[in-house]
Amino acid sequence: MRRTDFLVHAESDTVGVVVAEDTASGEEWTGWIMATDETIHIQAMDEIPLGHKVALNDIQSGDTIVKYGRDIGRAVADISKGCHVHVHNLKTKRW
Amino acid sequence: MGSKRTLRAYRRENGRVGIRNHVIILPLDDISNAACEAVGNNIQGTLAIPHPYGRLQFGADLDLHFKTLIGTGANPNVAAVVVIGIEPGWTGRVVDGIAEMGKPVSGFAIEQSGDIATIASASRKAQEYVQWASERQREECEISDLWLSVKCGESDTTSGLASNPTVGNLIDKLDPLGVTTCFGETSELTGAEQECRSRARTPEVGDEFIGVWKAYMEEVIEPNKTSDLSESQPTKGNIEGGLTTIEEKAFGNLEKIGKKTKYVDVLEPAETPSKGPGLYFMDTSSAAAECVTLQAAAGFVVHLFPTGQGNIVGNPIEPVIKLTANPRTVRTMGEHIDLDVSGILRREMNLDEAGDALIDLTLRTSNGRMTAAETLGHREFVLTKLYRSA
Repeated sequence: MRRTDFLVHAESDTVGVVVAEDTASGEEWTGWIMATDETIHIQAMDEIPLGHKVALNDIQSGDTIVKYGRDIGRAVADISKGCHVHVHNLKTKRW
Repeated sequence: MGSKRTLRAYRRENGRVGIRNHVIILPLDDISNAACEAVGNNIQGTLAIPHPYGRLQFGADLDLHFKTLIGTGANPNVAAVVVIGIEPGWTGRVVDGIAEMGKPVSGFAIEQSGDIATIASASRKAQEYVQWASERQREECEISDLWLSVKCGESDTTSGLASNPTVGNLIDKLDPLGVTTCFGETSELTGAEQECRSRARTPEVGDEFIGVWKAYMEEVIEPNKTSDLSESQPTKGNIEGGLTTIEEKAFGNLEKIGKKTKYVDVLEPAETPSKGPGLYFMDTSSAAAECVTLQAAAGFVVHLFPTGQGNIVGNPIEPVIKLTANPRTVRTMGEHIDLDVSGILRREMNLDEAGDALIDLTLRTSNGRMTAAETLGHREFVLTKLYRSA
């Protein structure tokens, strides 16, 4: 099986989770959508450590970010597909 | 399931089953810790459990203090208990509560004797208990005799992807076998609270959960928060591991209760389940040691603790089994990890296989295998304090 660079919980998710420790920016990454057993590819725009999230499409500031098929907060900056999603561009809607 | 469904454990006087055989030396209050630790040093095979509270508490906070101490002594992993307190009144309340389980228990008060005489008489009783306990035998028990609690800590995104779903897989497999299980972490379900509500067995129980969650938000979080809870929920460790928001953390957290198991009831902190086998939600803090201490006091005998970045918690009486899917944690903190499920991320192992491996390890631990936390001496006993003392 080809190595998997990131995993995606649900088909509607707008972010995936990097699960390899040696990924590099600029490469094409292979992802696996667990709910549907689908393989997808994206062009990585950032170096992203294991466990951190990658945007699966272009996200506008203010958009809801979806993981587990659920609302996990809102983007506070525009995020391009393949970029790192974390505390610098994603905020909770709760507190 | 492919795993053996029986275990060898200690059946206690009240019929409950324990997987350890501790003789504990339990202080009523902070100022009795020194005497308890002295007895623990005098008599091999005993375990002193010091803690910082027990003076001038009142109301619901005092009730929880008693419930936690009595529950700790009553836990089936404990064979016998020596209680030491500064005065005989409250010491006696703890002794009487534990004695109701039919378990050997004796209390000693320090006032009018001093530490040295108290330590001498408590040591003699502790010696008698250890010799008695050392002749208790493990016997064949059913897996349905097992009470198992779960709580995750220093989570990261690998927790929600793999280690929490591994625990969930185990819960979904053990629930139909009549195992009693428990999850908690009220504040950490924020963002997934409606999902959690929908996992109750009846709408009334789901509403009860929402009531408890709202009360936590209104009474604990709202009056005390400053700007937001960044760095507390999620923690710095969570953020390092890639978790960004409480909502994201909450959905990952809830993976621990599996895909289909419904919870039977909502428990108060340290409350013993009373509605038969099944999954229970307990109103707890999300701090690891506080949560496990309350679950142990409710009578749970083995704990499953998935971690991402590597929380190292243990408990004095309830063995804590740790699993992680984070390969860096396995590599850098291997001595804390009982089960490595990082193969799930590499797609070398599926959840079903991971769940079976965890069931196997839970049974081996129940049969006597020491956990990583036990071998490293992790005995975090942290009482939940509801408010300041009088």
